[in-house]
This record gives sequence, structure tokens and C-alpha cells, in this order.
Amino acid sequence: MAHETQSSLKIRPYLLSAPALVLYVGMFLIPLIMTLMLSFYSYDMTKGGIIEEFSLGNYTEVITDSYFHGIFLRTLSMSVLVTVFCVLLGTPEAYILHRMSSPWKSICMLAILGPLLVSVVVRTLGWAILIGSKGVINQTLMSIGLIDEPIKLMFTTTGVVIALVHVLIPFMVLSVWASLQKLDLQVESAGQSLGASPFTVLRRIVIPEIMPGILSGSVIVFALTASAFATPSILGGRRLKVVATTAYDEYLGSLNWPLGAAIAVLLLIANIIIIMSYNKFIERKYAQAFK
Amino acid sequence: MRKNAPLALAFNAVFIAFMLAPLVIVCLVAFTSKGYISLPWDGFSLRWFRAILDNPHFIDAFYLSVLLGVASATIAVGLAVPASMAFARHDFKGRGMIMAFFLSPLMVPHIVLGVSFLSFLTKVGWYGTFAGLVFTHVIIIMPYALRLVLSSVTGLDRSAESAAVSLGASNWVVFRRVTLPMIIPGVAGGWVLSFITSFDEVTMSVFVASPGTTTLPVRMYEHIVETIDPLIASLSASLIFITMIIMFLLDRFYGLDNILVGKGK
Repeated sequence: MAHETQSSLKIRPYLLSAPALVLYVGMFLIPLIMTLMLSFYSYDMTKGGIIEEFSLGNYTEVITDSYFHGIFLRTLSMSVLVTVFCVLLGTPEAYILHRMSSPWKSICMLAILGPLLVSVVVRTLGWAILIGSKGVINQTLMSIGLIDEPIKLMFTTTGVVIALVHVLIPFMVLSVWASLQKLDLQVESAGQSLGASPFTVLRRIVIPEIMPGILSGSVIVFALTASAFATPSILGGRRLKVVATTAYDEYLGSLNWPLGAAIAVLLLIANIIIIMSYNKFIERKYAQAFK
Repeated sequence: MRKNAPLALAFNAVFIAFMLAPLVIVCLVAFTSKGYISLPWDGFSLRWFRAILDNPHFIDAFYLSVLLGVASATIAVGLAVPASMAFARHDFKGRGMIMAFFLSPLMVPHIVLGVSFLSFLTKVGWYGTFAGLVFTHVIIIMPYALRLVLSSVTGLDRSAESAAVSLGASNWVVFRRVTLPMIIPGVAGGWVLSFITSFDEVTMSVFVASPGTTTLPVRMYEHIVETIDPLIASLSASLIFITMIIMFLLDRFYGLDNILVGKGK
């Protein structure tokens, strides 16, 4: 491309990314800034809705009200629980998959990753049918006489956590799987031929090697649980509120958009802090390994 | 060495059963002949699949979702291809920052995008329009499209392009006749993943969907919150069947793990 001048080559990358950039500023950056501004406004039904005056009222309300504390704490504990279960179940599953050979490996992979392509609404519906008080699990257990009264899972934290683990565990398996791909099988064999027990090989060779995968999977699962909406809404019902369903109710139920915006902004900040500190941690801890 | 212990295989079996159970149960319940949620061994029938056709509001939502997915995936890929060319082939000021900006919607919870888009669309008067809905979806799927397109542009062998240029082809002809055919697998993969992500999206769409622009997942969500009946099961089962067909095709051509790796990041 010798006939081109230096300056046209210089602006070309900007021209190439300009269309997307325009869309992002208009449809992404501006809406986010609008939400940030909205969160500092207040809402008064008697005065006709949103009052465009700067105040910290929504944030002080969320921070001081024990009602909101409960919601944020519930969301946090759900996220921790879901993440722990995803690590405990997803990591060994990824390792087992890694040691399998085709065709079983690809069949199992399809079974685990396939659900990711199905809407979360459909997957949650499946759990609602399974765990409802007249659900399949309870009816089966009762008909074989194992229990007399239905186990209460619908509208409980346990039920929501089970379904969220199901919805999000593919990300954990994928993440650990990706880091296992880099693991040299010969290192494992070497460890064993030098007399290490399988457990030692696992603990001293495999686990340290896949730790980045486990960590990045955990961040994905944690962040997605913290902002999950459809599953807690359907399986948790009205009473078991989490941050996302609360923001939804403020917006579309009580029409208090400024308060809903404040909740959304807090969720966004928490999300960014978690992801950023994870990146910092990985950089510090694994900096040498990537050099 | 590379063999799994029996205990590990048992764990694997339970794990797979756990992954498939909710989907299998939806498909089973869809074939019931009863008017309530029950398993088909008490009476098998296809009546709930026929019932879908009698519910135009689901059919309309399905068409809207397909149209929305096609439109937003096409726009996203159309924007991702030139942007990827810029990122892969030029070292320019702000490159890293612009790339991070393009991937940043992944870091924003969909509920936050939902409330932001709702305020924005209402303010500019696009609430309830199809175009408004399309652009919100483009923002959500753009990072996925960009990643897949970028990875196919990055690994490209450029000798064929140089040959075309030395033979006197213009930039546009080089792109259309040489570059594009080579990156088409990545572009198509990006399009399919974008389409599926758009088609399945519910959390953000719940906010921006007006009565006239309700997508299928939103309509299903609203239905499930009200009542869980065999109709919603048969509708879900139909979606699962369609997804299975797409999945097998995708796996054939790309490998599912290649497409989905990092979907959640």
C-alpha cells in the first residue's frame, strides 16, 4: 500500500473504529452517566415525580435502612454460597473431563455447555417444576414414601442457590478447563514417576497450575450471581429479594427511579471493585509466571 | 495415568444428570395431556404444542426476538469487523483504551444496563420502538462479536493480501475478495453467538420492552411469574429442541468450547 500517504494511514484505525465508538458513546456511556445523575435526584409522588435537585438522599437511605442492608447481605451471602459450590463441584468436574477421552469427553462437554445456549428463563422454569411443593422431586419422594410432607425449596434461599449453581457452573468448568489445557500432562507423569502419590500430584502440581482458572471462574460466577435477576425473581418470589429484583421493583413497581438508580450504581461499583481487585491480585501473584 | 477412578466417573455421571435434569423435566412435562404440570406417563399428548399456535402473543414475541437477534447481531458484526481490523493491524494512540471500552459492557450487570437504557430511551423518545431495542442489544452483544472477529483477524496470514495489492487491487477489493473470505468463519461464529446472546437476553430487556416490543424471554418470564402451566413448558421444550439443533451444528463447525470460552468474562 505504498501509494498511501502517511497521514491517511494514521487516521485509518480511528475511522475504522469510529462507527462503534459513536454507538458506544451514545448508547452506552451517556445512558450510564444519566443513571449516575438520576441516582442523585429524589422522588416525591406528591410533587409530581422526579425532582432534579442534587442530593445524597438515596444513598443515605440505602446505607442506613436495615431493609436494604438485609437485601445486600442476602445477595452477598448467596453469591458466596453459589461461588463456593461452583468451585467445589466445577473444578473436579473440569479435571475429570480433562482426563476423559473422546467421544465421551465431547458428549459430556456438550451436556455441560449446551445449557448455556438455552435462555436462563427456561432453565429456571425447569427448576421451578422440579422443586415446587407439588414439584416432581416432592411428588416422587412422597409417592415412594420417603417423606410425608413436601420439602420446602421453592421460595427459599436453598432453592435459588441450587438453580444459580446450575445456571453458572458451566462458566466455572470452562474457566478451569481452559487452564487445564495449558497443563503439561508429562509434569503429572513426572511427579508420579518420582514417587508422588496421586493426591500429592494433585495438590502440588495440578491445583497450583489451575488456580488462575479457578479464580477467574470464581470472579465470573460471583459477579453474575450478585447481579442475577430472573432466577431469584422466579424461584425466590416477592419476599426473597436480592439487589437486582429490588432495583426492578423500585423502577417498575414503586416508580422511584432515583432510588432504583442508586441501587444499580452501588451494584455496578461493587462489580467493578471485585473485577479490578481480582485483576490486580492476578497481576501481582502471577506476574513472574507470565514473563 | 489418564484414567478416571470409578468414584470420579460416578461424580461425572451425577454432575451430568444435574446439568440436564431441569431441561429434561421441561421437555417431559411438555408432553402431558393434563391441564396442570405433570409427567407424561399419566397421559401423553401433543396438545400443549398445538396450544402454542393458539397463543399469538407468544408467536409474535418469537418473531420479534428472531428479528431483533438478526438485526442486532448483523449490526454488531458490521461494527466489529472494521474495529477488529483497526485493533489487529494498527498500533495507534488510545488503542488499548478503546478496546477496553468496547469490551466494558461485559463488566456492567445487565440490570444496570436495563435501568440506564430505560431512562435513556424514555428521554430521547425511543422507548417502545424496535430501533431502540436493537441498539440496546447491540451494546450487550458487541463484546462477544468483537472477541471472535478479532481472534480470526489476528491470526491471519497476510501474504495473500500483499499479493493482491501488488497485482493492483484496491483496498476495498482486497478486503472483499481476499480478507473477508478468510475471516468469514470467525465472523459467522461471532454472528451466531451474538444472535443467541440477544435471543436469550431477559434481564436488560425486561426494562426496555414495552407492550408492543416484548421479546420472547421477557414474555415467558412474565408468564412464569404469574403461572407455571404445561403451555410454558411446551414452549420452552420447543426452544430447547431448536437450541439443540443449532448446538450440534455449532459444535460440528467450531467446537462449542472455542465459542463459549470466556462468554462470562
